[in-house]
Amino acid sequence: MKHTISVVVEDKPGVLARVSAMFSNRGFNIHSLAVGPTHIEGRSRITLVADAPEVEQLQKQLHKLVNVIKVHEFDSSTAVVSEVMLARVTSVASNRGAVGDTAALFGARVVDLGTDSMTFEVAGNPEHLQSFIDHMAPFGIVDLVKSGRIAMKKLSSVRPAAVSGISR
Amino acid sequence: MSNQNFTGSSSLLRSLEYEGVEVIFGVPGGAILPAYDPLLDSPIRHVLARHEQGAGHMAEGYAIATGRVGVTMATSGPGATNLITPLQNAMMDSTPLVAITGQVASGAIGSDAFQEAYTTGLAMHCTKHAYLVDNADRIPEIVHEAFHLASTGRPGPVLIDIPKDVLNQVTTWTEPTLAGLPGYRPTVNGHPKQIKAAIELIEAAERPVLYVGGGVIAAGASAELLEFAEQMNIPVTTTLMARGAFPDNHPLALGMPGMHGVYAAIMAIQQSDTLIAVGARFDDRVTGKVDAFAPHAKVVHIDVDPAEIGKIRKADVPVVGDAKAVLHSMNERATSLRQGSPAPERRYWTGLISGWKANKPLHYEQDEDGPIKVQHFIERLHALTEGDAVVTAGVGQHQMWASQFWGFHRPRSWINSGGSGTMGFAVPAAVGAKVARPEETVIALDGDGCFQMTSQEMITAAVEKIPVKVVVFNNAGFGMVKQWQKLFYGGRMSASVMPTDIPDFPALAEAMGCVGMKVTHPSEIDVTIEKALAIDDRPVVIEVVVDPDEMCFPMVPAGGSNDDVITGPEDLV
Repeated sequence: MKHTISVVVEDKPGVLARVSAMFSNRGFNIHSLAVGPTHIEGRSRITLVADAPEVEQLQKQLHKLVNVIKVHEFDSSTAVVSEVMLARVTSVASNRGAVGDTAALFGARVVDLGTDSMTFEVAGNPEHLQSFIDHMAPFGIVDLVKSGRIAMKKLSSVRPAAVSGISR
Repeated sequence: MSNQNFTGSSSLLRSLEYEGVEVIFGVPGGAILPAYDPLLDSPIRHVLARHEQGAGHMAEGYAIATGRVGVTMATSGPGATNLITPLQNAMMDSTPLVAITGQVASGAIGSDAFQEAYTTGLAMHCTKHAYLVDNADRIPEIVHEAFHLASTGRPGPVLIDIPKDVLNQVTTWTEPTLAGLPGYRPTVNGHPKQIKAAIELIEAAERPVLYVGGGVIAAGASAELLEFAEQMNIPVTTTLMARGAFPDNHPLALGMPGMHGVYAAIMAIQQSDTLIAVGARFDDRVTGKVDAFAPHAKVVHIDVDPAEIGKIRKADVPVVGDAKAVLHSMNERATSLRQGSPAPERRYWTGLISGWKANKPLHYEQDEDGPIKVQHFIERLHALTEGDAVVTAGVGQHQMWASQFWGFHRPRSWINSGGSGTMGFAVPAAVGAKVARPEETVIALDGDGCFQMTSQEMITAAVEKIPVKVVVFNNAGFGMVKQWQKLFYGGRMSASVMPTDIPDFPALAEAMGCVGMKVTHPSEIDVTIEKALAIDDRPVVIEVVVDPDEMCFPMVPAGGSNDDVITGPEDLV
């Protein structure tokens, strides 16, 4: 089963290696991974989508890593989930209009244009991206890259204490 | 204060002194050389091992014998890779250890330089944490953190890798803090609600049993355990890692559970309705087939490491916390509830257990004319020392027999390699333990196979004047491997048999500066032991030629249910 997990870590050398090594060591499979700094100096956030039969054990093992500060599992009802995708779609003069119209429905932006294809940037939740892929497939997808899923707790599910920053 | 002579190495030594280190077990080499220079002027003793693996196990022996952090030091590359086995061993057995390794100069890292290895990467899976020091100014803080990490929460090994240029960097020493560990907050006290729930469950139990692991020894919780077991009238099983946590001569003591456990201990767990695991991790050597382990029991699981709770077996009442603190709270809770009334008698349960104890005790047969049985020798050694010794063991049959037949009466008197099963552990661990507790008799119970893996450390013992006693039970090969081949591979002895006469163990011992002795007949046992015990200025190696065919029982076949335990050769037919 797939779980989306957010891990706040100290921004120190080797932390990502340690996190990913723990996954392979314990037999958990990483489906996607996104890493970047947070608004707090010295803290990074790793967002993972992982296959694990038992998410509690995975979370506990993450907590055991000394540089891990906070671990949180998201589910779609309590989190805003997003991902960025670049997709190169076959497009010649005759169908450029149709391709463009379809892309517009998804809020996709043209970021590169060639004579026989064009590259779109599209962002959104996993369903949105999949739907884009499904609708573009008939035109022919030449290349595709995803940034890895990121997520944030929905405001409606955040407790007041957490908003003021005193909850762990 | 800028002193051109005060370098990273000076800072390292000052930090180690600040942490109260009294001895380092190590082997020098190129990259760590700068650290060895100020060591000459330091009050810290250095024990020069003959191999880094030996140095690491010595530090473990020291740590287990004292409860303090053991320190080992080695150079880069092969020095560091030779430490991997002790690191893994310490990781599996939660032994507090700090390993310091030299690294090639910062500018050369990643260039495949001479004696370069990616030490922090190699150590990633076998340490609690590993540091690569990038600036000598951080040495005090990193060393302080390393000792804190190694010794708190669930103890374990921590590695500090220091490039040579950092060791040579001019620096200053400042009093360290733990501000750099925002994500490390081990839980000490059990949650009051969980303590309450645990006592409630235990009070209602009809067939309770304590399943005590190494965590009780690590936490120094023996007194609290004794009080708890007595006031609740609950029988106690002690795992391989917990031997000595509860006195074996106590009426509530059942001994070791698991693959080669005592029948009564195995059955008490199997038939319990309430299993109280304290500092134990449901290791496969204890549980056998997990689905068939203590199938009727509700589980109270007390552990300082939350990841152990629910990892193998669901806990009905999980209690995260240090065993000493949690047992203390449970004692308080139970005492206030009980208000002086006696513990429940549970006659049915007590009767069942007495029956198992009486009908299926540990047993073996010693013929007057030999061959010598390891079990018999261990019992004689125990009698002649009155059990007043620190005992280490290698891995295999002799280890199981030592655990079964040595009556332990205090914690930290049994030092062995449990989770990792590292052959060759006994000799260096004994050296470390004897350094820690020089006033005590320290005896390594070893096998001929194990001894040949780390025997060079007898040279260390002789040169450094560390008079350990080593018993080499010579059963002409790898006894436990032979046993498995007999039971599960149709008796085909593949690569498990070794000659009885090569090496000549007493001669080898003498060549290494020790006293060598040999026992071949039962009649020589007592006199030889007396002679060995009287020697206190040199290490002693006693070769005991034993029955090469003896098998270790009871035995639960790997992956089998504990209910199907084989109690002796009579069960095989």
